[in-house]
Amino acid sequence: MIRARGYKSIYWMMTPFFIIFAVFTLFPVLFSICMSFADFNALQPARFIGLKNYQRIFLEDPIFKQAFQHTLLLAFTVGPIGYMLSFVLAWILNEFSVLTRTIFTVILYGPSLAGNAYMIWGLIFSSDSNGYANAWLMSLGLIQEPILWLKDPKYMMLLVMLVQIWMSFGIGFLSFIAGLQGLDRAQLEAGELDGIRNRWQELWYIVLPSMRPQLLFGAVMSIASSFSITGSALTGFPSTGYATHTLIDHINDYGLTRLELGYSAALAVILFILMLLMTGLIRRFLAKVGR
Amino acid sequence: MSERRTEIKIQTTPKNRYRVTPTAVKKRSRLANKITGGRSNRSVAGTIFLFFVILLFALFSLFPVVFMIGNAFKPLSELFRFPPTLLPQQATLENFRELRVYAAQSFVPFLRYLFNTLFVVLLGCTGMVGFSAMAAFPIAKYDFKGRHFLTKIIEWALLFTTAVLAVPTYLIMAKLQLVDSYWAIILPAWGSSLGLYLLINFMGQVPDSLIEAASIDGASPFLMLWRIIMPAVKPAWITVFIFSFQALWGNTGGTFIYSEELKPLSYMLTQIASAGIARAGVASATALIMFIIPVLVFIISQSNILETMTTSGMKE
Repeated sequence: MIRARGYKSIYWMMTPFFIIFAVFTLFPVLFSICMSFADFNALQPARFIGLKNYQRIFLEDPIFKQAFQHTLLLAFTVGPIGYMLSFVLAWILNEFSVLTRTIFTVILYGPSLAGNAYMIWGLIFSSDSNGYANAWLMSLGLIQEPILWLKDPKYMMLLVMLVQIWMSFGIGFLSFIAGLQGLDRAQLEAGELDGIRNRWQELWYIVLPSMRPQLLFGAVMSIASSFSITGSALTGFPSTGYATHTLIDHINDYGLTRLELGYSAALAVILFILMLLMTGLIRRFLAKVGR
Repeated sequence: MSERRTEIKIQTTPKNRYRVTPTAVKKRSRLANKITGGRSNRSVAGTIFLFFVILLFALFSLFPVVFMIGNAFKPLSELFRFPPTLLPQQATLENFRELRVYAAQSFVPFLRYLFNTLFVVLLGCTGMVGFSAMAAFPIAKYDFKGRHFLTKIIEWALLFTTAVLAVPTYLIMAKLQLVDSYWAIILPAWGSSLGLYLLINFMGQVPDSLIEAASIDGASPFLMLWRIIMPAVKPAWITVFIFSFQALWGNTGGTFIYSEELKPLSYMLTQIASAGIARAGVASATALIMFIIPVLVFIISQSNILETMTTSGMKE
């Protein structure tokens, strides 16, 4: 840490970003938080109603409970699995030569670049006999009639999880790759001399501790994305029996369809608090890594 | 461990840096050294095993991509065949030809869409990297009042769901009279907290001694950022660049841009593609084009990251 005294220019350097940030990111967030205490539909002027929105969410909204459970379920499965997979694969990639590494990085990040994951998985698990999964299973004789993959609550949640895990090599994965590139080779070689016997020891004693900032970044991004999973992109909105209805779907339902913006903002605030709690937990956990 | 004797051999790497390589007494074959990268604490079997792990996941990720590429070259009759095929039986460029015809018919010339996209993407990405770097360096390295507060705000902003921000964002754009201009897309990218948060995390790892040495030489923080810090965290800002490129390339302008002559390429392509089953072929050609450009940018910038990996001694 450098003492800031005598370096007035650092404030000038930060100013442009923070002005733009305040106007285009911070203001909308604060506005939404205020909106959560109001009855607002974007057409009539907002009316302050105190905690009524929150009261309605917790006491009168049966769907909220379902959405809340689904979001937690997805966040606690897809989140950690995707996060660890991203890190482990990034770390494994780092063991190989530059060419191999580049090829596989591109392949693993491919789905994030393609940006049409839902469409492709929608085709694969399409409910008629033209869907790839059904067509293959039928031609193998395993099933007689097409399975309604995306309409049958038995399969819907599992499929949402599968697709989300498949999509989890995102910005966190990239930051791990970038962080591993910056590892101090001299330190690794010193470790080799000092008796780091295998790659697992190296991972725990050298790699993980020096990757703490990237691990934290990856964790925050992973929380942000796994708590924001939408089921409806894959299974349609509203999903059968709300089987994959998540908080984000609920927020979109009230915000975009019913135009109850105050109510949807209140839901967003609840989701935000959930993510904050989770980030706090992860921070504590990461402090123990490599000790 | 005490049993292990090591002999130290100095060898010159292609980059003319001296590197100390210990070799365990148990000498390994050339092939084994090649597989493990010449590192004594790597087992050959382990390396091969890890390769297969990667391969497995790669196949899992590759499947839908291959599927998309295959579709782009399938004739319409094959796109709806039962049972469906992964690769085209009779590959054709018909879909691309058809796409060209539709693109030529559009009301605004194709080059205009291309220009719009290039303008937004270039300005957006450069600004995002530049402004966040300028803000990230002081936060990461200088001990001033409010530094923790700023970091917290940035982290919180990342966690707030964007789903409810559409209305307030539109209100502020309207108030500033930015609706229906490139700035409605560019400015939010510049103010996004993701790039800043990533850069703070990476810049925190640059050793203080490097910065102190530069300040003794009389470099101002601004100069230091571009001359010393940015080269040291190149993998990080390239990652930010890739990410913003991807976001801006896919941005169709949404509710913010309604003049046809200001719309980006992605908008034009999605419009052409979204006209029902008859255009399924064109749609798959479009999907491939939308995919291939970010992939190229990604490959080029990733290979750039890998070239600069010799930042030895740059960490605390």
